[in-house]
Amino acid sequence: MNDAAAREVVLVRRGTYHDSVTLMRVSRALSDMPGVTAAMVAMATDLNVSILRELGFTIPETDPGDLLIAVRASDTEAAVEEADRQLTTFQRADPAPEHQPPLTTRSAARTPADLVLVSTPGEHAFAEALDAVEAGLPVMIFSDGMPVWQERLLKERALLQRAGDVLVMGPDCGTAVIGGVGLGFANVLRPGPVGVVAASGTGAQQVTSLLDWAGTGVSHVLGVGGRDLSAEVGGLSAMRALRMLDDDPATELIVLISKPPSPEVARAVEEAVGRLRTPVVRAMLQEGAPDLTEATERVLRALGRPVPEWPSWPSWPGGRPAAKAIKGFYAGGTLGAEAAMIAGSRDIVDYGDDAYTRGRAHPMIDPALRVEALAHTQDTDVVLMDVVLGHGADPDPAASLAHAVARAPATVVVALIGTEGDPQDLHRQAAAFREAGAAVFTSNAQAARHARSLL
Amino acid sequence: MTLLSAPPRVVTVGAGLLDDALRAQAVPTVPVAWRPPLPGTAEALARVLADPRRHAANELAVSRLTSARPHLVGVRRASEVLAEGTFLHAGPPITWERASGPMRGALIGAMLLEGLAGDEHEAGRALAAGGVTLRPCHEHATVGPMAGVVSPSMWLFEVRDEEHGGTAYCSLNEGLGKVLRYGAYGPEVLERLRWMDEVLGPALAAALERTGPLDLRSLIAQALQMGDELHNRNRAATSLLLRELAPAVVEAAPGAAAQVLRFINGNDHFFLNAGMAAAKVSTDAARDVPGSSLVVAMARNGTDFGVQVSGLGGRWFTGPAGVPDGLYLGAYGPGDANPDIGDSTITETSGLGGFAMAASPAIVRFVGGEVSDAVRATRSMYEITLAEHPAYQIPGLGFRGTPAGIDVALVARTGLLPVVNTGIAGRVAGTGQVGAGLVKPPAEAFTSALLALAGSVSDPFE
Repeated sequence: MNDAAAREVVLVRRGTYHDSVTLMRVSRALSDMPGVTAAMVAMATDLNVSILRELGFTIPETDPGDLLIAVRASDTEAAVEEADRQLTTFQRADPAPEHQPPLTTRSAARTPADLVLVSTPGEHAFAEALDAVEAGLPVMIFSDGMPVWQERLLKERALLQRAGDVLVMGPDCGTAVIGGVGLGFANVLRPGPVGVVAASGTGAQQVTSLLDWAGTGVSHVLGVGGRDLSAEVGGLSAMRALRMLDDDPATELIVLISKPPSPEVARAVEEAVGRLRTPVVRAMLQEGAPDLTEATERVLRALGRPVPEWPSWPSWPGGRPAAKAIKGFYAGGTLGAEAAMIAGSRDIVDYGDDAYTRGRAHPMIDPALRVEALAHTQDTDVVLMDVVLGHGADPDPAASLAHAVARAPATVVVALIGTEGDPQDLHRQAAAFREAGAAVFTSNAQAARHARSLL
Repeated sequence: MTLLSAPPRVVTVGAGLLDDALRAQAVPTVPVAWRPPLPGTAEALARVLADPRRHAANELAVSRLTSARPHLVGVRRASEVLAEGTFLHAGPPITWERASGPMRGALIGAMLLEGLAGDEHEAGRALAAGGVTLRPCHEHATVGPMAGVVSPSMWLFEVRDEEHGGTAYCSLNEGLGKVLRYGAYGPEVLERLRWMDEVLGPALAAALERTGPLDLRSLIAQALQMGDELHNRNRAATSLLLRELAPAVVEAAPGAAAQVLRFINGNDHFFLNAGMAAAKVSTDAARDVPGSSLVVAMARNGTDFGVQVSGLGGRWFTGPAGVPDGLYLGAYGPGDANPDIGDSTITETSGLGGFAMAASPAIVRFVGGEVSDAVRATRSMYEITLAEHPAYQIPGLGFRGTPAGIDVALVARTGLLPVVNTGIAGRVAGTGQVGAGLVKPPAEAFTSALLALAGSVSDPFE
């Protein structure tokens, strides 16, 4: 299909709202239609409008609460029809009065609930999270981009609640496991004695996935958000989560995973740890400290359990020129930071950072940015990248990424974070990336060491 | 039960994908149908929600609203409570220049009634020249339906809140059709008003002295269970009031009793004005709580729709009044309709009227729709209100309390505007009522109140 035959249409649906993940799925489905050269279905936020203008569309005056359907195709009518068909499958019909859905967390909390999971755009997450805290409910804030004063305020208000378990997990809390239920991006883990307090979602996923491989399960994984141990927030949630796990009869050992806390917060946390009856293993991501894989091994030794070989699948021998530089394309910030430390590379991009996720889905769901980055590599590059499995993540990351790996000029090393219980099938994913020419490791630290060895 | 003791039941708000992931694990979820807040409110919302006073302030304000115990204690001639040379009117402040047809018509009628002008032209000139001071009813502890014009020789219901001690007033209802409150000022209108001044007012005053205070909270609660929503349907409440008053009217004014009782019996809306005063005294009890985002008044003057908020004192926040959507009398149609007018939205402000529609299946056809629409309307109002009224209950919803106490923050968050039932006045002065229906308040009245509230909050620590 050449562009000359393509026609263009931009429709504005006033006051129609869908979340960005749904809209991304619809956009992707339209783009896959024959004869469609460009398609984007998105809320008319400033960012989306500017992306559409860059794509050459003329966008009329809109409001961020409007839905935009922009298509360039040989048959725009068919494309718009498909967009509507897809959108209506996501939109429930006007419900019977008794089934009217609640419109706020405050309203939803009138029905019995134990926990609130907030994943609205970050600038709107505060209202929903505060509703939860005021209703005396623990809350996991998956959203990122919440101003730090709001985080601090939520965590202080939670401490004022009479119930001792009003825990504020997040913002930017990617994963949690509570009572065997995975929230956000969560691997399928066997039940067991290890409780996790994590200021890093992918750090927790790495440690718990390796533990699972070693046959050791978790009691709970409580995320607290990447900023919790900063001086501004003061570790309020980490300290509460430690106490909750200490009181939990199923937890025999606690792992505390975080970036290095600010010195005064570190002191407060150490004091809190000192008051616990449950032993604590720390995984602090800093030079000289054990990496996530070593921390996992310490946990196993502390429990008196054997440390296995971590599975890996070496690449098929290829005829690439000698590698000169290591680049990292990461979805998990902590995994990227660990890779940077071990591989000694400064060229590690965290695609899960706010800067890349404003107005678009997380790279664990949306592979587009990393597919593009792979295409722009050199044949003298070694690319380190993580592929994270589990609930909430891309249902088949290999489907889009393995193809991009196969076409990439660079040598690719994949850190595959997941368990054999995950819905994506760990072994099938490993095989797909290996067939695409990548070396695959379940330990990110080992993947980074392997990458360095290729230089 | 604590968080870690069992698999959690989860409220999910945001990306549907994460709700799907929980359902895939057989976890029971309550998904929130979240959507972004009204445009331009995100920052103000965060500031208002973060205000440490808000939660307690709203609890206090709404508990004062729902605990009020309005009692009808008497009727009084307006000249006893009104400053000389002043007329009251519905809604936020308005000038003659900006006044709509029915408002002008009612003001002209009041001039004629008071003998301040010989004819309508003279009355219009005097009003245009500022010969009379025009003030909102709301600023004088008063409410008035439609044009809401109160002049000295009109009589007012006097309602006292036995819980908090406030007092509120509302004019006496003239009936339907060609009446002053809808902007009519013909001879039959003035004649009726004179009869109300000379006969009805004194008879009711004497009767109420005999009965002592009548408990309107309990009367309203009963009327709701008899199919009234207390704004567009007052048939049950009027009957109940008539039952209470009849013996005393007969005793107190034997000569006029038949006339008085026949007049009340002939007007299904006779109770509306007493109910409005009850709503006014209840919402006034919730005023002036610093930090509260509770709406304490919604009122229209035929040009602007205005809102007042507990934490913001007497300030009005306005937007253009909309034209109601409804059914029309006789040959009238939407082209004859004036924009929304009247203080009767005080009923919705207190959790009655449109908010209690589910209690009133009989009126849903009149305001367009099916019984399920009425139930849906009431249910949706729980999304923007702070409480469920402990005494005003809806049998069809399992005796759930009516949604009471609108929160401007919840309006901005959900984009849901209060459901308002209303009568429709003719656009041209002198016409009278042309229909009844539903009207949508302007969003900016609520969002501008929210922005002002945000401006009044001291900086959250940053």
